[in-house]
Amino acid sequence: MSAPSDKHAVALEVNGREYRIAVEPRRTLADALREDCGLTGTHLGCEHGVCGACTVLVDGAPVRACLMLAVQAHGRPIRTVEGLAGMDGALHPLQAAFHEAHGLQCGFCTPGFLMLAVGVLEREPDIGDAALREILSSNLCRCTGYQNIVAAVRAGAARMRRSTGHG
Amino acid sequence: MKPAPFRYDAPATLDETLSLLAEAGEHGKLIAGGQSLVPMMNFRLARPGRLFDLNGVAELDFMRVEGARLRIGALTRHAAFHRPPCEGPTGALLAEVVRHVAHYPIRQRGTFAGSIAHADPASEWCLVAATLDAEIVARSRAGERVIAARDFFVASLATALRPDELVTEVRLPVLGARWRTGFCEFARRAGDFAIAMSAVALRLDAGIVREARVGVGGVEDRPSRQPAAEQALAGRPVSPAALAEAADAAAREVKPMTDLHADAAYRRHLVRTTTRRALERAAA
Repeated sequence: MSAPSDKHAVALEVNGREYRIAVEPRRTLADALREDCGLTGTHLGCEHGVCGACTVLVDGAPVRACLMLAVQAHGRPIRTVEGLAGMDGALHPLQAAFHEAHGLQCGFCTPGFLMLAVGVLEREPDIGDAALREILSSNLCRCTGYQNIVAAVRAGAARMRRSTGHG
Repeated sequence: MKPAPFRYDAPATLDETLSLLAEAGEHGKLIAGGQSLVPMMNFRLARPGRLFDLNGVAELDFMRVEGARLRIGALTRHAAFHRPPCEGPTGALLAEVVRHVAHYPIRQRGTFAGSIAHADPASEWCLVAATLDAEIVARSRAGERVIAARDFFVASLATALRPDELVTEVRLPVLGARWRTGFCEFARRAGDFAIAMSAVALRLDAGIVREARVGVGGVEDRPSRQPAAEQALAGRPVSPAALAEAADAAAREVKPMTDLHADAAYRRHLVRTTTRRALERAAA
């Protein structure tokens, strides 16, 4: 019988790269990304699912990485903010839009908002304003007052549609 | 803000899960979506010695209509209700209510049956289950039993489930075309816990209420049907006066709790409003 502190071998597929790590079952996905994979772009705010700073994509869906165990993410495709920009450093259309529309101030919540918005826009590129605002209310930002985040995501959505040839 | 240590198993079958539960007794805990359990573990309000992960048990991942029942398997996520899961008033009600269940990312992982088993008084799904007389199917190695929603919810976060039991599915009636449903919730912010909410279903015949179900949640330690409100509607034409009387009856009969979000008097006031609005939406 295993002990609670025994480590489990977990293979995380993050941004197309495999990370083989050994973690206790209690290790959250957020901590595993930061501490075991060295991917500190995923931020931790509240650690109980309220703030959304740790939002990443698992199987293409935005989820709270603080509410998922690393062992549960074994073998599942994960995307984090580190995977948004191109290999040449070119910003993802949504990152560029956040930059231009002043969609951030201190930047702490930004990785979570980016992953939330990318996850939603890839599934629903033509999402309406009311639905978008409701979804963006999932995450907390204490600086911007949200207006510029909404504007940035709107502008980013238009850029993403252009870059994927959807009109 | 990290969980206490626990042993972790990821069974692949229901039989394996039931054996693990039987062996672990009080120390065992099931995790499906984990959207309520993991926060409690992070706060160490919950410290299960053993965690059994249902996510690999493929036989629990289903949702289908059989006869006049919508069968919701234990692994059905909240997000599965973003589109009506069945035709008619039941499907429409579920697709409306899901918009109030936490936030979009939480809905990707959290499960319907997990919410039922967690039994938070502010859970929208628990209110729907109580209002529509859901059947909760519980399995253990000893066998299966079907628990009526009115017997299932015992108190805040407490249910009729035994430690060795697992909710395999929840069954809701697929209401026919004569039924009309309505829902209204008051919360401080979108996605927040309900301070008060009402769900209603009315069976109408030529504008006369033949059968009424009125449920209230977020107000007492568990969701409840409101018989006085239902009686105020039965046999009467749908009129503003009848709806207002039913809302008054619900507000009179509830025994609201006081917590840091709202005191009992305020919740009573809200029940009158959410019930009236839910009825108006059903009657519209």
